[in-house]
Amino acid sequence: MNSAPKVTQLRVLKSEWKKATTLRSTYVAVAVAFLTMAGIGIIISWSTADDYGQVRNGHRHRFDPLIDSLSGFLLAQLVIGVLGILLVGGEYSTGMIRASLSAVPKRLPMLWGKLVVFVTVALATMIPAVLIAFFVSQNVLSSKHIQTTWDAPYVSRVVLGCAVYLTILAAFSIGLATIMRNIAGSIAVLVGIIIVLPAIATGLPETWALRINKYLPSNAGQAIMNVGKDPLFLSPMRGLLLFAVYAVGIVGVGAVVLKRRDA
Amino acid sequence: MIQVDGLTKKYGDKVAVDDLSFSVKPGIVTGFLGPNGAGKSTTMRVIVGLDAPTKGSALVNGKRYAQHTAPMCEVGALLEAKAVHAGRSARNHLKCLALTTGISTKRVDEVIEQVGLADVAGKRAGGFSLGMGQRLGIASALLGDPATVIMDEPVNGLDPEGILWVRGLLRNLASEGRTVFVSSHLMSEMALTADHLIVVGRGKLIADTSVADFITQASGGAVIVRSPDSDRLIEIVTHAESVTAVKQPDGRISFVGTSCELIGDLAAANGITLHELTAQQASLEQAFMDMTRDSVEYHASTGASQ
Repeated sequence: MNSAPKVTQLRVLKSEWKKATTLRSTYVAVAVAFLTMAGIGIIISWSTADDYGQVRNGHRHRFDPLIDSLSGFLLAQLVIGVLGILLVGGEYSTGMIRASLSAVPKRLPMLWGKLVVFVTVALATMIPAVLIAFFVSQNVLSSKHIQTTWDAPYVSRVVLGCAVYLTILAAFSIGLATIMRNIAGSIAVLVGIIIVLPAIATGLPETWALRINKYLPSNAGQAIMNVGKDPLFLSPMRGLLLFAVYAVGIVGVGAVVLKRRDA
Repeated sequence: MIQVDGLTKKYGDKVAVDDLSFSVKPGIVTGFLGPNGAGKSTTMRVIVGLDAPTKGSALVNGKRYAQHTAPMCEVGALLEAKAVHAGRSARNHLKCLALTTGISTKRVDEVIEQVGLADVAGKRAGGFSLGMGQRLGIASALLGDPATVIMDEPVNGLDPEGILWVRGLLRNLASEGRTVFVSSHLMSEMALTADHLIVVGRGKLIADTSVADFITQASGGAVIVRSPDSDRLIEIVTHAESVTAVKQPDGRISFVGTSCELIGDLAAANGITLHELTAQQASLEQAFMDMTRDSVEYHASTGASQ
């Protein structure tokens, strides 16, 4: 092993891991993301099962044991996004960035380090979270025989796709915060892109909506969780791929401005 | 060794550093002196690659900072006091920096000990006082055991004991043969620590001189004398030396360009009684202000604002 002092990508990666794991906010955010992703679907499934006997006619077919068990992703996506923003923006808000960039003046290794650390953490926590959400929910629902199974059509793609969507969002948030350098501004833009934009787009007339809505980042990414064919959405794989392209694009812009701007 | 060559840095239309050239040599403490807004911090930020120069270059040991394979081991820099994540402990902060370059944990503990933060190394840096933050910044600068140390206003926020400690540290680092480059806007502070001075104002070089020369120049060697036999004294002194003598309204004589010793000896040799013999030192602060008067960025108006 070479122990001569030298900046290497692997060492910067270790440093970024240390940075992430020595902040309380990381643990809090990861725990909240995990609990919301795993827990909300279970609570909804439990309440659905509890309510099932008294369900009014209309409600029954709106319930979907697969999608509803994963409904925690709506909140988890915000928590994941905010954590990514904190990992980058926290350096700027505290002044740490100047120490970080003095240690790694080539700068990009730091961005790649953060990206690898956070994408790994997101994937490693969200995969178990979606599996717990799905299997516990189905177990709860099985008391009323309204559950689905892992082998049913679409199920494995939707469940694992949900975790992949959240992981790509993790990379997206790192890129966004690298461009914005500001926590509050980054969160506003993230919420704007992920939640507000699709909501506004629903107000478009149908011919326009058909053309535009499916290409919005979160709509594209969430296509992986679609069952059946909906003309308003891209096909699952194309949608997820487009979302990944958005993430790569925004990280790429982040890399360019990080390299060029004065710190 | 730091070499700044034709360095210009503009932020939009504002010129922060204007065609600045100087070099900083190893083995001595070089003070970087100038009023607020003179471009000291900007120059230091360019040296460690945080800001890119608009024109010219700043090299450390012959290379741009970012081109070194282990930059922290070439140059240690203390720029702003708190370049630390408030939520991380001092030890973890230093470990994060050390990991990037493969610096050992043993070295982390050494610098913590050296700056006197051992008792609080496990505490969140957000709770640190200005002085403790400054010590942590100095610890980060020393982490890579660098041959060149750059510090921007290192005594800011330190108590008298801390100030003494920094002065000692800087002198020590220089005596170990390192290049030590320290900025300050206080001439008196620099007179105590620095051997050489780079004086800047409005981004331009005003002086590149040794501290000793600066002091001699500044104080001008005026000697104030009171004597009952002043006319004869003036005659003798001006005869013996190329000295200008000015008789002041109160009867004292002010000799410029000589020393107390010389006047005293001449007076004794000629049997002239002296009632007063005082070396008049122009204050260094005054000399510095005179030198930079035209280049002070922000004048405080003493009268009413317009």
